[in-house]
Amino acid sequence: MNLASSPATSLSAPPAEPQAAQGTKTAPAMPSARAEWLKRRGFGDWFYALALIAAAGIAFLRYGEAMDAYETAILAIHVPILAALGWAWRPFRLFAAAAAVLSLLGIWLYQGDLARAEQIFFLKYLLSSQTAIAWMSAFFFIATGAYWLGLAARSNFAERTGSVLTWAAAVMGTTGLFVRWYESWLLGPDIGHIPISNLYEVFVLFSLFTALLYLFYEGRYGTRKLGALALLMISVSVAFLLWYAFTRGAHQIQPLVPALQSYWMKIHVPANFIGYGGFALAAMAGIAWLPGPQRLSAGRLPSQEVLEDVMYKAIAIGFAFFTIATILGALWAAEAWGSYWSWDAKETFALILWLNYAAWLHMRLTRDARGAVLAWWAICGLLVTTFAFLGVNLFLSGLHSYGSL
Amino acid sequence: MQRATARASSLEASIELLSSMRFAISLLTVLAIASVIGAVVQQNEPANAYLNQFGQFWEPVFASIGLYAVYSAKWFLAILAFLVLSTVLCIVRQSVPMLREMRGFREHAREASLRLFARHASLAPTLPHEARRGAVTAYLTGAGFRFRVDEREDGVLIAARQGAAGRIGYFLAHAAIVLICAGGLLDGNLPLALQIRLGGKSPTSGDQPLARIPASARLDPDNWSYHGNVYIPEGGSTDFAVLNVDDGVLLQSLPFKIALKRFRIDYYASGMPRRYASDLVITDSDSGQSFERTIEVNKPLEYRGVTLFQSSFDDGGSILRFALRDLAPGARPPHPLDGEVGTRLPLAKFGYGYTLEISGFRPINVENIAPPSDNERFGSFFGSGAQTQNGENLRNLGPVYSFKLRDEAGQAREFNNYMLPLEIEGRKYLVSGVRASQAEAFHYLRIPLDSDGKADTWFAIRQLFFDPERRAALAERLTARMLDTSDESTMRERLKETAENTLALFARGGLAAISDFIDSTESAAEHPASEEDRQRAGAAFIQILQGLIWDAWMSAREASGHDALEIGDEHAQFIRDTLIALVDSIQYGAPLYLQLTDYKHRQATVLQAARAPGKSLVYTGSLLLALGVFAMLYIRERRLFVLLKADEALVAMSSNRKTIDTDETFARHCTGIGAILGAACTNNLQESP
Repeated sequence: MNLASSPATSLSAPPAEPQAAQGTKTAPAMPSARAEWLKRRGFGDWFYALALIAAAGIAFLRYGEAMDAYETAILAIHVPILAALGWAWRPFRLFAAAAAVLSLLGIWLYQGDLARAEQIFFLKYLLSSQTAIAWMSAFFFIATGAYWLGLAARSNFAERTGSVLTWAAAVMGTTGLFVRWYESWLLGPDIGHIPISNLYEVFVLFSLFTALLYLFYEGRYGTRKLGALALLMISVSVAFLLWYAFTRGAHQIQPLVPALQSYWMKIHVPANFIGYGGFALAAMAGIAWLPGPQRLSAGRLPSQEVLEDVMYKAIAIGFAFFTIATILGALWAAEAWGSYWSWDAKETFALILWLNYAAWLHMRLTRDARGAVLAWWAICGLLVTTFAFLGVNLFLSGLHSYGSL
Repeated sequence: MQRATARASSLEASIELLSSMRFAISLLTVLAIASVIGAVVQQNEPANAYLNQFGQFWEPVFASIGLYAVYSAKWFLAILAFLVLSTVLCIVRQSVPMLREMRGFREHAREASLRLFARHASLAPTLPHEARRGAVTAYLTGAGFRFRVDEREDGVLIAARQGAAGRIGYFLAHAAIVLICAGGLLDGNLPLALQIRLGGKSPTSGDQPLARIPASARLDPDNWSYHGNVYIPEGGSTDFAVLNVDDGVLLQSLPFKIALKRFRIDYYASGMPRRYASDLVITDSDSGQSFERTIEVNKPLEYRGVTLFQSSFDDGGSILRFALRDLAPGARPPHPLDGEVGTRLPLAKFGYGYTLEISGFRPINVENIAPPSDNERFGSFFGSGAQTQNGENLRNLGPVYSFKLRDEAGQAREFNNYMLPLEIEGRKYLVSGVRASQAEAFHYLRIPLDSDGKADTWFAIRQLFFDPERRAALAERLTARMLDTSDESTMRERLKETAENTLALFARGGLAAISDFIDSTESAAEHPASEEDRQRAGAAFIQILQGLIWDAWMSAREASGHDALEIGDEHAQFIRDTLIALVDSIQYGAPLYLQLTDYKHRQATVLQAARAPGKSLVYTGSLLLALGVFAMLYIRERRLFVLLKADEALVAMSSNRKTIDTDETFARHCTGIGAILGAACTNNLQESP
């Protein structure tokens, strides 16, 4: 991509996108800009928003009685969040629709009977949670192969295939998690819980978030050339997931221990994994940066400017969400363990990770550092991330023991 | 004069250093390394544990630099303090220029410097001259810019800016760090350390009655920050929390009394605990008013500034009824014995030189009996995530009780017994674990149950088997059963003698003694014995032992008025199990077996009482931090300059972030302004620096 000549065309996204992507942007007294922005919303955008409102409405009408005020508020807030996401990032609309349809189909096919997972064709081979996650894993592996083929053979078609497969994997993974959530309720009303409570489930979440973040930047920068590395990262985590399931039977839904029965889990864990996903993606961009504009990699990898930008943005979003996750963790800890900060091993490494990326951002923003230092730093950051995510559970003891191997 | 300047400049230099980012990052690095140490070295363990881990030499070295309590070590707190100071200085130093920057529009920028901007473009407007200014300002307002206009000789400069709030993010995030550190310092160990150092408070041993704890180890209810444990048995009450400090304790008085009505554990169908809850009655010490409240994990109670958390549970003094079975020879019936968990009972009145220390009791004990095999797992990966094969392996094994038997020399053996028989490979056993020290794993004695489902048969056999007085009779019985009367008398004599010797050897040292005996006789023989011979001899001894067990069993039955049984294969397993249990019982190390027959369960809850006044500071700081981080990262400051001259419109943009978006945004605004001015925006971007 030649940045100097025509940035406006090389960035495939429509111009409105960065504006909308910044949820925090304040727009004082700009009626015309807002009007213009609204004008750009197409039929698909409005249909998508209406579908979201309708879905939330139906959910509320059917289950409103069982929901408390917080849950109602959370349901309501999902509408603008998902709408903004879909408006700012158009492919997300199709993703959300596909995941919703497949999840609902899976749930409907169960008819309240777990045994149907073995009897109904679509459940057995497509939509039961484990099968869906197996599909996700397969799609991720094939997508990795496709991206690498694209990189080696400079084949646009292979890269496009990789992209489609990554979307498909994300849809299946999301479906798998939603159906798993429903399956846990079928196990027993006291067992039902959101499937982000153990290492197996959060690995699915991690693969999913990393893939979605990657796909966002793929669309944003109009280049699929980072796919080979990003998908490699995801494949490694999927391989770990499968190993963990096969050797330890980790995929079986277990009821929640009392310490995890809290609403905080539903926001603390996903926020954390947006963070980890961002850091992982930044490290992959760092690796892609390293070969430099050499002959072998020329044209195969994105330009260094784009990679630096991806690195910065992935770390920025990761850092922002990781900050929130750590704060939420502290709030939860205050409720569950009696102290908002106990220097538990997980907490300590969260702090170290946070400090690491805070320093990275300082170097980038106030020193305007670029290049090899930041690339290597982002790569080393992944090691710290991995240790904070997995190593702590493997090697150190502490309060976060439910994530243990 | 000179000195004063020098001093002033060195002060300046040190402020410069303290507020520099390099200094802050160095401190953060040290902090990170210290935190790694704190996470890797288990914190606040007893001194002995460290001595074992690090040895005589390093243990005191590490202790002196505070590695066992990193997060409350002086140097750690000092680094935190320096970090706060550095952040404060940084904020102070940055605030003035940054505020100026935020407010200003730079409307006096010179044309030449605008032309040096990385992003600038020269447009040739076709819109009439008078309309240009109004069109551009309208565009800028519409695009969310604020602007100021500077009239010049050769034209007019419209200086616009957007996203100044991003700079507020800087203040928020950095002020948040200061707030969080300050709040954390208030809630940390520092206040307690100061009270110990300056307030004359000192921890005392936790191993003494409440009344004897001196005032110096008691803290007032108005102590402003603490974190301690509260232990309350069911039906009991307390008004203090125990703070563990170093190797001792401090008592923290609470402004209310907590009584525990009931502690409840709810279980999932699989037997896994689902809910821990304490039904409490809180009575205010001042007003005397009381109210009831149930607290559970994740649902704490806050009252009068103190937060109570469900932390753990314990036995609150359950009453256990035992049958004390004598393992020594001689038929004595089981003795009833009552004891309370947590108490000591001398067993002298039963004729034993031991003290019984009942240490624990759990009425429900869910264990994973057998893990599933790998093959099953592979197939089960697909389908729903709800397969329950793991659940099937979890089983409630019933009440478990643990105790120690301490002899007169003070040596103790620890026992962990199951009240109900356990089923292992389809057969039932009474199971008792024993170990000589905490470092060992439990060795299990598995006593087979007879066809009535009782352990009595095994105990009866054991008493006969190890009774020297009965050896001759058992050997006689065996001989009579094995050999016809028609056999040679020398052969009968030899068998009887061997049987008697076997019993004596076995009583002395179990199978090991018999094995030693085989070795010694073989080595005394002329020809060295082959491995085969040795095995044959061993098998012969086992056969004799099993035969003797049968005879002991039958004579026990006769003694208790039962008929003798027909010998047959159906008894073979019982005999084998009996033999194994007899062997293990030699290593049991206690002259008695304590069997639980009945219990009255009484639980205790363990709460945590915490007072953390710094919490509000920390939470406020956290909120500011989150807002600040998002503002800093996602509100982009942009300055757009439009210089309208007679035949040219110069558009230039600067941003405090150099990202690809900046180029894109410039292109968009340049095109937008070009469109309203009736000019094409070409050549809109130079090479990014």
